[in-house]
Amino acid sequence: MTDSVSEYRYIGQPRRTKEDGRFITGRGNFVQDVQLPGMKHVAMLLSPYPRANLGRIDIEAALAAPGVIDVLTGAEIAEHIAPLLQGIVAPGVRHLPLAHEMVRYVGEWVAVVVADTRYMAEDAVELIEVDYEDLPAAVDPEAALADDAPLVHPDHGTNLLLHKNYSWGPVAEDFAAADHELTYRVHWGRSSGVPIETYGVVARWDAANDILEYWASIQMPQFQEQIATALDLPMNALRIHNDVDVGGSYGTKRGIKQTIVAGYLARKLKCPIRLIEDRLEYMSGGDAHGPDRIFDITLAYADDGVVTSMKMRALDDVGAYPSRAVQQLGKPMTALCGAYRMNSMAYEAMAVATNKTAQVPVRGFGQAPTNYAVETGIDHIARKLGLDAVEVRRRNLIRAEDFPWRIPNGTEYDSGDYHTVLDMALDLADWEGLVRWRDEQREAGKIVGLGLATCLEPGGGNNIFEHMLNEKIQVTTFVESVLVKVDAQGSVTAAISTHTAGQGHQTLIATIAGEELQRDPDSIRVVHTDSIEALPNRGPVASRMAIIAGTAAAKAAQRLLTNMVRIAAHNLGVTSGDIEYNDGVFSVAGGVGAGDKQIGWDEIAFIAHRQLHRMPPDLEAGLQVFHVEAVPGGGKLPNDKGEVQIYPCYAFQAHICVVEIDCVTGLVKLLDYVIAHDVGTMINPAIVRGMIIGGIGHGVGAALYEKFDYDDTGQLLSGTLFDYLLPSSREMPAVRDVHHCTPSPLTSHGQKGSGEGGYLGATAAVANGVNDALAPLGIHLDVLPMSPAAIEAALHDKTENYSPETAS
Amino acid sequence: MKPAPFEYHRASDLADALRLLDAGSDEVEHKVIAGGQTLVPLMAMRLTRPALLIDLNRVTELNGIGHEGDCLRIGAMTRQGHVEASDLVRENLPLMAKALAHVGHVQTRNRGTVGGSLVHGDASAEIPLVAVVLGARLNIAAHEVSRVIEAGDFYEGPMMTAIEEIEILTSVDFPQVQGRIGTSFQEVAPRHGDFALVSAAVQVVLDDNGKCTTARIGVGGCGLTPLRLADSEAALVAGKIDAAVAAVDAAIDPEDTPQASAAYRRRIAPELVRRALEDAIAEATI
Amino acid sequence: MSRTEVTFTVNGKERSAHVPPRMTLVDCLRDEMGLTGTHIGCEQGACGACSILLDGEPVRSCLIFAVQVEGQEITTVEGLAADDGSLSPLQEAFWDHHGLQCGYCTPGILIAATALLAHNPAPDEAQIREAIDGNLCRCTGYQQIVEAVADAATRARGQGND
Repeated sequence: MTDSVSEYRYIGQPRRTKEDGRFITGRGNFVQDVQLPGMKHVAMLLSPYPRANLGRIDIEAALAAPGVIDVLTGAEIAEHIAPLLQGIVAPGVRHLPLAHEMVRYVGEWVAVVVADTRYMAEDAVELIEVDYEDLPAAVDPEAALADDAPLVHPDHGTNLLLHKNYSWGPVAEDFAAADHELTYRVHWGRSSGVPIETYGVVARWDAANDILEYWASIQMPQFQEQIATALDLPMNALRIHNDVDVGGSYGTKRGIKQTIVAGYLARKLKCPIRLIEDRLEYMSGGDAHGPDRIFDITLAYADDGVVTSMKMRALDDVGAYPSRAVQQLGKPMTALCGAYRMNSMAYEAMAVATNKTAQVPVRGFGQAPTNYAVETGIDHIARKLGLDAVEVRRRNLIRAEDFPWRIPNGTEYDSGDYHTVLDMALDLADWEGLVRWRDEQREAGKIVGLGLATCLEPGGGNNIFEHMLNEKIQVTTFVESVLVKVDAQGSVTAAISTHTAGQGHQTLIATIAGEELQRDPDSIRVVHTDSIEALPNRGPVASRMAIIAGTAAAKAAQRLLTNMVRIAAHNLGVTSGDIEYNDGVFSVAGGVGAGDKQIGWDEIAFIAHRQLHRMPPDLEAGLQVFHVEAVPGGGKLPNDKGEVQIYPCYAFQAHICVVEIDCVTGLVKLLDYVIAHDVGTMINPAIVRGMIIGGIGHGVGAALYEKFDYDDTGQLLSGTLFDYLLPSSREMPAVRDVHHCTPSPLTSHGQKGSGEGGYLGATAAVANGVNDALAPLGIHLDVLPMSPAAIEAALHDKTENYSPETAS
Repeated sequence: MKPAPFEYHRASDLADALRLLDAGSDEVEHKVIAGGQTLVPLMAMRLTRPALLIDLNRVTELNGIGHEGDCLRIGAMTRQGHVEASDLVRENLPLMAKALAHVGHVQTRNRGTVGGSLVHGDASAEIPLVAVVLGARLNIAAHEVSRVIEAGDFYEGPMMTAIEEIEILTSVDFPQVQGRIGTSFQEVAPRHGDFALVSAAVQVVLDDNGKCTTARIGVGGCGLTPLRLADSEAALVAGKIDAAVAAVDAAIDPEDTPQASAAYRRRIAPELVRRALEDAIAEATI
Repeated sequence: MSRTEVTFTVNGKERSAHVPPRMTLVDCLRDEMGLTGTHIGCEQGACGACSILLDGEPVRSCLIFAVQVEGQEITTVEGLAADDGSLSPLQEAFWDHHGLQCGYCTPGILIAATALLAHNPAPDEAQIREAIDGNLCRCTGYQQIVEAVADAATRARGQGND
């Protein structure tokens, strides 16, 4: 359990999560629960081909089927919908919600049926006949770069969608001066968030008010902009209900084409439209895959293992459409060198199109693959130099006294004490005992290893990386707003303007506002506005809500309290500086006299709302403050050396896992897992712990189990949850954790982000553990996931004369 | 993923179900539903679309575990979970109890039936492997006719069994053995409860000197059907564990699938058998 | 395709619905009976989000047709709390330990854990993990779920429940 010592009354104390109450009684409000009168249902016809010319689509029989209202094809959509916005500028690449003239991946939408029930819609989908001219597909991303490769977007002329080069600091000189160089390749397999709830959206056109109303399972900055642009509506014609509970997202619930189509149909057909992806539609047609990235890295390092420079090339197989996910090649620049004191770095980012399902941003927005790539290199260096993996990290980690630390691209890490946190992990795991155990086990013929990862979780967001990827895009910063108000009877309400997908935002905001106002968070109601009522927001991405929304809540509450103090002072005949506030009572400092020397919360509220004659003359009536918080350090474009502050806050985790590999079957067992985490001030310890361990589960999946697998013709082999393997309670180890707090100087209470860090280091730790186990056999695996078949094949290849008898 | 439309009939007894099954045809397919754990996903993906579904879940005469002569008889509609928890099974058919721990998850075993798994005929499924290894006899009924078939003859190919479209498996009889029995079920799967990549099932009987008098050895996931390894059995009875293991390779013919290559299956099968043998012998020796 | 009437007990009350044979039990509970606490994650028996108790045992309601459960007893997540709204010890423990995040898999997990504790009032960690290994959770990594179930078991025993 987390320890409950906190200097605050509510922040950091073990407290129940408000939201849990409705979920444990089955009273969540998920999009699949939304029922509107007259609602019609949708099912999709998906392309069975990875690349084909799309000919005639015969929908006659489908239209005549029982209960069918409409059948939509790409031709109609192309006439009425503007192409989806993408993460890059590429006019030859048009992304429409349905395939038009060509299908580009297995699962692409070819037709959409609207019917009285989902059952009937699926019946009608089967009656649609399509002429496909099957074509060879681009499957391997490196092969897709060849001159004669099949073109995913013929009008773009190449499958290379993005190619950027960056260099910060004296890379050439550092390499020339280095004692050693090490070059290696790793491949992060195509994996994604894959929540248990698929994407879904309900759309209704409110003709009386010219408003397109949406309920959706969504986690998407610029959601309204995307939909508004596509449907040619002003943003304030979209009412997106942000109080829909999202059944897990981890970055991935974007749903752009789904939402556009549902809105288009709702307006066209004048009835509410319900579009819920089933699992098959989600896995292939949902455009929700994740990074599939090959890293080629060269590290320059000294005899003592200190890395001075790094050249990294990241080549991502982004699938058939770039979408926003391409930008997850950019965000990792905020912590490209990880937690290490590199002097210079060069980065080459490449996005390659293939005939596969497109990607969405996945938790960390590219940081997890990047951390895995760098951590692999650190362990390589340790092995090459015969040094302990811990020692190499100790020598390379940024030191506590170095903060704030500036990495070569100008980004500053706000605070940290990495060595202390690493020591805490080593202590909790009994590292020395583990090393002894490992050696004993190896002597007994077992294949065991210890995996270590020391990784950062950048938090707070800042989409300056969009500009860094494309100078034409001039956007800086990323805001979030919180409104705090006290009503005429003294109740406190706060409002946030974005969705929640299990992160506990209501608890977060209530806790911080409660801390500032000295009101019990249980008494504070937190609501999600809809998008028309919303204040500026970007959503729970980028591990930013505690940092930005939390700080916004704190500042709004502080300003609100300041106003209440003014009202009290005015009514007690003193100045604000003479007022002491404690627990709902405003009194004159220096002692309590009789009668009028104090005034209570409820009376202040009543005065503000009802008694203008008792208000200070220059104070607005009522009690409501909203604060729009921008990214600390944000709001600037890069200087002429390409340097800029990207994300503001950096949490740090040290992971240790113990790996055992079955020498016959290649099956991996995680015998123990320890994590020491420093997320600054924890607002709610159980929420933080849950996020971290959940992230570890996700990382274990990416390391050992999860892959959207394609055959070499472009057919998706893992289109169900029986093939795309999510870890169950039996694959997931028990995790022991300990926390440390190095507060951020940039936030209201020192809080940093905590929603990603478990994921951002776990894959690296597990991969390093597997490779540590295989190292005595001279084996190193470089491709994720590390499946039993891959491990066993490596064992077999390396040790033809290897047999369990000689091992045991 | 909604199934194609069908008509539904809740069979009141076996005769009722058999009559209706008999009334089906190639064009109007009549199919029985047992636990549905395999059938319903196939229907949801529209890979199968019967016109009439005959529900066996209220046909109580197909349910039950009991001694029948020198066999332990398990009714085809007996839930897997019920079999796993049964004292009768634990005492008289320990290999089945061990195999069931690998079958899916609690929810699937609460609804899935022994008969359903046997008839579905997945080459890597646990219950068919146990039936083949132990030489079970399958009691099959059709409208006004019935027959018995040995498990070893029942499996013809991947998901292909000797059962006809008009037939229903009513029960399965497992011959009982006496003496110092040891059993083991070993399975390699990507995650607990997933379909096995390779599995090995062993039952041995030792005499008072610890010598193996009877051996039953089989593997799943190593061919088109569950396989009984007669040569390995003979070698074990002759006292040679190594020879029993070595004989595995010649007896199997695994396939490449996206989950695992034939080469992988071929390499690990002998070692899984070894583990199962050592495990079973150790148990019998206690 | 014709609809038939099916009647069964849900959370102690007799309920009826007029359903086509191919309507799954989960769709019937959610769409015909308004019990939206049970969730759909895959419709093929892989994820466990649809778990309910059928005559006291956890099963996947996406793999059963509503017409099949005539006369049987179903318990859904909505039936775990008492009639007066007081939560079961398991639900309280889930809240105390934050054994959930997004809440989507939670009803299925509560069902599986309720059944576990009914059969085994003192499960160890391995038994808890085994009882829920048919319920996928993507948010929590299972740790706080397991801790909640273990704590619920302890509390229930402390209250003298059996």
